[in-house]
Formats: sequence, C-alpha cells, structure tokens
Amino acid sequence: MSQPFRLASGGRIDRTRPLSVTFNGKRLEGFAGDTIASMLIASGQHLAGRSFKYHRPRGILSHGSDEPSALLSVDWRADRGPGRRDPNNRASVVEARDGLVVDTQNHWPSLETDIGAVNDLLSPVFVAGFYYKTFMWPRKFWDKVYEPVIRRAAGLGEAPKVPDADRYSNRHAHCDVLVVGAGPAGLAAALAASADGTRRVILADEGCEPGGALLNDVTSSVGGTPAMEWVAESLATLDARENVVVLPRTTVFGYYNHNHVCMVERVSDHIADAPEGMARERLWQVRAGEVVLATGSHERPLVFENNDRPGIMLAESVRSFVNRWAALPGNDLVVATSSASAYRTALDAKAAGMKVSIVDIRLETDCGPEFAAAREAGIEVRTGHTVIRALGKKRVSGLVVAKIGSGGGIGEKTTLTCDCVAMSGGWTPSVHLFSQSRGKLAFDPELDAFLPGTSVQAERSAGACRGVYDLAAVVADGAKAGGGSAAPEATASFTGFQPVRVLPTDADASRVKAFVDFQNDVTAKDIKLAVREGFESIEHVKRYTTTGMATDQGKTSNMNALGLVAGILDRPLPAVGTTTFRPPYTPVTFGALIGPARDELFDPVRKTPIDGWAAKNGAVFEPVALWRRARYFPKAGEDMAAAVARETRAVRTNVGIFDASTLGKIEVVGPDAAEFMNRIYTNAWLKLKTGGCRYGLMLREDGFVYDDGVVARLAEDRFHVTTTTGGAPRVLRHMEDYLQTEWPDLDVFLTSITEQWAVIALQGPKARQVLEPFVSEIDLSEAAFPHMTVKTGYVCGVPCRLFRVSFTGELGFEVNVPADYGEAVWKTLYEEGQKHGITPYGTEAMHVLRAEVGYIVVGQETDGTVTPDDLGLSGLVSKVKPDFVGKRSLARPDMVAADRRQLVGLLTRNPGEVLDEGAQVVDDPSQPIPMKMVGHVTSSYASSNCGRSIAMAMIDGGRERIGETVFVTTPAGFTEATISNAVFYEVKGETADA
Amino acid sequence: MLLIDCPYCGKRPEVEFHCGGEAHIARPESPIEMADADWGSFLYYRTNPKGLHAERWLHGHGCGRWFNALRDTVSDAFVATYEMGKPRPEVSPATAKA
Ligand SMILES: [Zn+2]
Repeated sequence: MSQPFRLASGGRIDRTRPLSVTFNGKRLEGFAGDTIASMLIASGQHLAGRSFKYHRPRGILSHGSDEPSALLSVDWRADRGPGRRDPNNRASVVEARDGLVVDTQNHWPSLETDIGAVNDLLSPVFVAGFYYKTFMWPRKFWDKVYEPVIRRAAGLGEAPKVPDADRYSNRHAHCDVLVVGAGPAGLAAALAASADGTRRVILADEGCEPGGALLNDVTSSVGGTPAMEWVAESLATLDARENVVVLPRTTVFGYYNHNHVCMVERVSDHIADAPEGMARERLWQVRAGEVVLATGSHERPLVFENNDRPGIMLAESVRSFVNRWAALPGNDLVVATSSASAYRTALDAKAAGMKVSIVDIRLETDCGPEFAAAREAGIEVRTGHTVIRALGKKRVSGLVVAKIGSGGGIGEKTTLTCDCVAMSGGWTPSVHLFSQSRGKLAFDPELDAFLPGTSVQAERSAGACRGVYDLAAVVADGAKAGGGSAAPEATASFTGFQPVRVLPTDADASRVKAFVDFQNDVTAKDIKLAVREGFESIEHVKRYTTTGMATDQGKTSNMNALGLVAGILDRPLPAVGTTTFRPPYTPVTFGALIGPARDELFDPVRKTPIDGWAAKNGAVFEPVALWRRARYFPKAGEDMAAAVARETRAVRTNVGIFDASTLGKIEVVGPDAAEFMNRIYTNAWLKLKTGGCRYGLMLREDGFVYDDGVVARLAEDRFHVTTTTGGAPRVLRHMEDYLQTEWPDLDVFLTSITEQWAVIALQGPKARQVLEPFVSEIDLSEAAFPHMTVKTGYVCGVPCRLFRVSFTGELGFEVNVPADYGEAVWKTLYEEGQKHGITPYGTEAMHVLRAEVGYIVVGQETDGTVTPDDLGLSGLVSKVKPDFVGKRSLARPDMVAADRRQLVGLLTRNPGEVLDEGAQVVDDPSQPIPMKMVGHVTSSYASSNCGRSIAMAMIDGGRERIGETVFVTTPAGFTEATISNAVFYEVKGETADA
Repeated sequence: MLLIDCPYCGKRPEVEFHCGGEAHIARPESPIEMADADWGSFLYYRTNPKGLHAERWLHGHGCGRWFNALRDTVSDAFVATYEMGKPRPEVSPATAKA
C-alpha cells in the first residue's frame, strides 16, 4: 500500500528512513516515527478491527493508549521463530519498524468479510447482561456449546499458545521525585524538581517521544519558542543533569502503598535489529519520596447513532495524525463537538488542506474565542446542532445533523458528506493513578469531572489530570508541582466544553446503536436497560453491561456511562459515584511481571552437598519444603515399591546410608542456654550431661505440638538442636521471639547452622563396621559411646560431630561434617560400605522405617491440633517444671478429654492393601450420610520388613479401642481394618530403643 | 508494598518483615496459677481496632530483631516504630493522620 494521505512535509516522521510492516499479509509502508495507526491512516485505511460482540467494522478512534477499537495481534520477531506474538496491542501505540507482522483480530474469514457480523442483526441476543441471560440454561450446554461459541464469536485477541521466547528484566530504583508523564506539566515539574542537583528525579512517559499533547501542537509556543522546541530544550537540560533519569516508553501502571510505584519500560520492541537476548521489557519498581502525577486527560466521544463507523475519530486524534504524523485522516472532515478544543483540530486540518466544517452542540453565545477564529479561517460552523446519525458502513460517508429547537425539538435535517469525523464531548482527567494511590476524588460540576481531592500519599497532581487545560496554566501548574516558583510564558488554549451524554435525536431509541463503550460494544440503550432492570450502583452497571472493562478499562467511556446512569436516575453525578480504578493502567505482559523468575529460576532448588552424588547414582527426587531430596534409588527395572522394599530390608539386615543434611540445625549458646531450652521444650534439660542427647518436643503456647528433634549438649553452655526439615525457619523464629520479647534477660545466642553441616546417617546392624576405619579420637564401642550420645572428633580426617542416634530403631550414627566435605566423606563411607552391603536409601524408605517402629513425623501425624498425650508422648512432658511454653494450655479441660483423637496403628484385613493417607475412618459404613467420622489415616505404607501393609491413624479415644474393627474410606468405598498399637516391627540385635 | 522503618536498620520493604500480631501482651509470670478463662483470653483474645494498632514486627530478612510498630489499620500508615520493651508512644491525632 502506498501513502496517498501522507503530506509532503511536516510531522515528526523521518522521510529519509522508509520502512514497511506486514499488515494482514500485505505490505504496509511508512517512515521512522510512525505507529501502525498512522501508517494505516496515511495509506487511507481506517478499517482496523471487528468489534467484540456485534463484529461491527471498527476504525481507529484515538492516537494514544486509550484506543479501544484498533487492537492488533503483533508478532514482534517472526523471523526469530515462535513465541514472540501477543494480542490486543493498540495500533496507536505500536511503533512501526521493519519486520513487524501485525494482524487485525476478531473476524473470520477476513477483516473485510466477517461472518460474525451477523451478530449485529441478532443484537437483541447481546443486550446488557447477555452473559447472564442467554447462557444460563441448560447447564450442560455451557461447556460444549455456549463457551466455545462465545469464545469464538465475542472476544478480543487470541492468547499465545507457545511459551514466550523473549527475555524480561526487572529493576528497583529510589528517587526523591518521580514525575509521571512528560507533557508540558510533567516537563515543567521535572525541570523545577531537578534544579537542586542533590535531588534524584525520574521522569517516566508512556510515549516513544516525550512532549505529551505538545507533540500534536504546531501553533502554540512556550517560553517564546514553538512548543516542541521548548520540549527539546527542556529535554536537553534534563539530560545534562546527572540527578535526572528520563525514561520514554515507560508506562506507570500501578501506584501502591508508601509511594511504591510500578512501571514497565518497553526496551527493544521498537529496535529492528535488537541483539538476540536483549530484554524485551523491564519492570521498574520505584520507591519515590514524592510523586508528581502529570498524566493528562482523555477526550470523550459523542454518543450518537453509528458513532463507531470507521473514519469517526476523537478530535484531538485527528489533529495528532495531521500534525505529528503528517497523515490526513480523509479529505472531507466534519468536526462534531461540544468542546472548544476541537476548533484547534478544525483550524489545523484546514491549514493542512482538508475540507472542514464544524457542527457544535453549543449555542453560539456559549462559545469562546474559538468561534471567531473558525469563522475567520473560513470554516462553516453550525452551532446549536445535533448529530442524528452517521452514514456508511466500513467507512463513514456522511453525517445527518439537525438544528436543536428552542424547546429541545429536532429541526430540519441536513446530510453533510464527509469521509472523516472529528468528535469531542470534552475531557476527562486521567485520575487513575491518583485513585490507585487511594486519594479521594472530588466531583467538579464546572469541569464535569472527578478531580484529585484529598491525597493519602506523598503525591501531587499537575495539569490536565487535575482539570487544568489551558497550556499557560498547565506549564505553571507543573512548575509549581515540581517545587518551582517561576514558569515560562505560554500560549493560551481554547478550553471549555458543554457536557452532553447522548446527543438529542428523534430516532426510536430502542432501535439505535449509539456506542458508549466501543471496546465492549456497550450502547446507550444497554445502559438504560440495565438501570431499568434495577442496577443502580455504577459498580453493578459496570459488571452487568461490561462497560469500562477489558484492555482500555473505559478510559474514553467511563464519564459518558456515569453521566447516562445519573441522568436516568435523575441524581447528581457524584451521587452515582465512580467505579474503582485498579492497576494496571494499561495492559502489562505476564513476561514483564514475571521477569527472570521462570523455568529454573522460578523457584530456586535448595540442594544438599550430596545432591550431585545422588543425581549421578540415579536418585528419583522429591521436593521437601524448599529442598529437593532423594526419594529412592531405583536399580534397573525397579519401580518405587520395589526399590523401597529393597532399601528398607537392607537397613534392617546390613546397613543403609542416608542424606539427612536437610535437617534443621540451630545452635543455642550462652550461659543461660540450658534455662532457655528448659522453657522452650517440654522436657527437662538442666540435668542433661555434656555429651548427652535427648529427643526434644516443642509446643506452641496453645499446647499443640510444634516441632521435634534430637538435641545434643556439646558443652555446659552449648546445645546442637535439630528440627524437622520444613520447620527450621519457623522454629528459629519461635525461639527468637521468646528470647527477644519475653526473656530478654536470658544470655543466649541462637544461630542457624543448617547449611554449615552435612549430615550422613548410617543405619543398620553393620553401621559401626562401616564407620570404624575412618574415625579418629572417638571410641565407637557401645560402652564408650552408647545410644543418644554425641562426640566430637574426626571422620576421614574431617572435624566431625558424631551422633549415636537412630530414626529407624536400628543401630545408628549421624555423621555431621562441614558441608564442603559432605560429598567426599559420603563417597568414602559408601565405598568402604560396599563390603558390608551398604545401600543408599531415600526419604520414602526413611518414612517406612520410622513408621515400622512407630516414630512420628511432625506435620504428618500432627496437624496443629495434636497434644503430646494424643501421640502417646506424655512421658516427654515434664511434670516437675513449673512452666514451659504450652504447659498451661495442656491443663485446659478440652486438652485432657478422654475422647481426644489418639495415635494408633491400623492393620488392614487384606495385608496387601495400602490405605490412602488422609482417608477417613468410620465405625459403621452402612450408617446414613453424613457419617460420623471417628478418625483419619496419617501415614500408610507397604512394609517389606513386616510382610504386610502398615498404617498410623488418629482415632477418637483410640488407645482404648485396640483390637476393634473400623472401616476406612477408599476410592471404591470402604475397607476393613483393625486398630493396633502403633509399633509394627521389633528390632533384633543391638537396638536403638529411643 | 509497605515501607517499614526498622528501629535498627531504617526503612526497608515489607517483604523483609513478618508481622507477629498485637503488641504489649506480656506472657503471664505464673501461667499455672491462672484460671482457664484468663489463660484463654491471653491466648486467643485480641483487639481489632479501626485506626492505630500497636503490633509486633520481626525484621526476619534483615537484622533479625523484633520491634513494635504503631500502624493505622485504615491507611496502612506506620506512625511510629520502637524498640521492644519501650512503652507505646503517645501519638496525637494530627500526627497519626500524616
Ligand atoms: Zn532491622
């Protein structure tokens, strides 16, 4: 396509740098500085999409990020393979460059011929609330019929189907002043704020080029020079200041607590030959001392029949295409307006060579100096006129207008032939970010707008976003917001407008499609229907009609919708209120939000020092808290059951080696360490001798089991505490809490040493034989080194804390060596162990082995409602200590009730059947539903050593019920089991007897 | 994200902290002598004010220390932070608003 509507000169495009993109499979030409929208307009094409519900042809409404209609699917780097396409890009903000492949959306088979347009004729089906009315029933139709049909017929773009191939980065920044928006107010604010070189200033603007509305302006001046020269000078000044960062292409999309502001910078989409691996977008998280919001305003469309025809645009957007992009949106322009600002469009369009006339809803007496200016330029102005309807289908071909009589009646109609309409219903300040900051809005009836009222955070608004529209006033307002006192002089603007919700017409309102929300296909009729059906709250109207939703979040439509509702209800507008503004301001890619946190960086894996050995030796891993742990080590042809059976047998017959490095470890040190332990744990610690170990049980203050683990006393003032793998951080926090806030008088220090020590467990009758050759300065004999003691010395020449402990019931040692030596010591022991039949085992075998001998796992047998006595561990609770954390709660009546759930064993009638963990237990499976649940299964395994399945369960009054029969839920129904003691295996030979 | 002024480290983002509930509730000296109802109140009953609330905060991903804070539960403004053991500061309504 050539560029018949491109002007020979002017505009902010570089005619020496031509480029082309692929648009719906065809070549579309333009220049550096173009957007897809300006290229389409220069080529004479307005049809740029099909609408959401009715598939009506839609054109380009706006020149900015508020564009509701011209939405494109863009493949940003088709030449680099899949995964670089995303939907719903607004044609007005996609910067053109060679290589882009763009397609319009929501049509089939083509943009020109769209079968879905039949919906326009079926529109009674798609009235307000159609989601709720049409697709309610029959319910089973939803999945197969309604949803697929809606998805295809009514929708926005198509979501990408392959993973995003691009890279995204993120950055944190701090500044004294963050200025949002680089229009006249924002530039003036940034200049003033950065004059003091010690203040760090960030100026962020969503456009590719700073300047805001001045980019559209070829007639105004600031500081005695043309406006854009002032912009260039201002940018040069800011650039020269080392305390300023100017970020174009950076959209501030979220304003959160305590001036935490999030923005996304489009880093490389506009660069044709961006190096491979360069980030596509960057998420900025800024903590600002102060924020200056200079976010401008949005123009309101006029609501009249067929106001959505391609070629009908916002007035300021017409001006923008003419002046900034030197692209005429047509030859014959009608400016339909209730706002003075649109006269500037008329004047500039005429100067650029378009045929122009003006239809003004206002009476001549309500107009300002703009009226005379238009007359002087020879433009025909019809004041006191309304627009009845637009003509044409895929492109506007005319406008039917009529004089409004003194009584409000419609006078004689005239048809104005045109191929472009510039409409303006006035302006809506962009208060999105102010409102996100939780500032309170205040309605200004003079300006017919919600303005920033009371601030909650350290921010100020300046310029059009607080209803200041005159350029001279905007510049002064910006300078003041930036802390400056003086501001450059500037040209006055045409300001003022007469709010109008729906243009007066004599057409049958029930047959007219006059769009309020272009993106969601919501008409004035829909909103009237919603109110008539009783939806009076604006939040309800929004959800019922969908007005103000989707990618544009109603930037152009909100005030018209609000005004309409207020008008129908005959209430003042502030009484109707406004919907809540929520982040993001414009759509943000998931890629930008996620940044580098994907794939292997999504949730970094915590590995033990022995992980590498386990991986090399075929371990199957499982996640445990943040760790990855070896679950089992299958040999060729083994499934998990077979591997676990072999591993558990090996521990009871020979010896197993197990990586226990993930155990939480805390060192409790200080003169009062024993006293501290005494208060935190249920057991008594003062009399534990140096070199002794004890199984410790820890409660919360409410008396429920919180954690457990073996504790060794290394010295009079030093304890080596172990915790559950998942419990380590919270146990340390729990200890610190009491130490710092309740007992600051205790002289104790707590240190996490989990990562400092690798822990290698040797378990089984031959454990001592494996270890013996490598130990120095430790006597391993039973007499010298009994069960539940600890010694320090050397293993393989490495300093070691050696524990004689067991979590299997067998003879056991836990070798603690500095983490860096963990793998080397493991390998040495493993190699030596070959002659003793050593077998590496994983967490699954560890669980089976401990269950066989009835050891609990906190978090498996316990769930935060279990007392020591429930577990049969009341022997670990000191009766002598006057106090410890949780003691008082254990005496509460409910905590000593006889029918509490207690830990027991369950043996299935069929020894091969393994119960489901979490399965419910009932006494009588034939009782009516809902049944009385008397307990649940907490652990369940196939035990090779027991020759049958074993299970642990919490059962109401369970210890009194041993030998009784109960029924346990299964996926198929119920199965029978007998309540037993929770110890299933008797260890032969040298036992641990913990 | 809130910005919290640790009395030991200065202002740090909320993700470094952990809230520990209402402040100034001392663990009783002799729990064993307390009636069930009194112990129950100590364990489970907390105020839930609209406005200023004294809370315990832990700078877990920082200095590791517990401190107290006065936070406005309506605006999320942190009006004061202070060391454990210090009394709740007197805050005038005017300061509380800022
Ligand atoms: Zn700190």
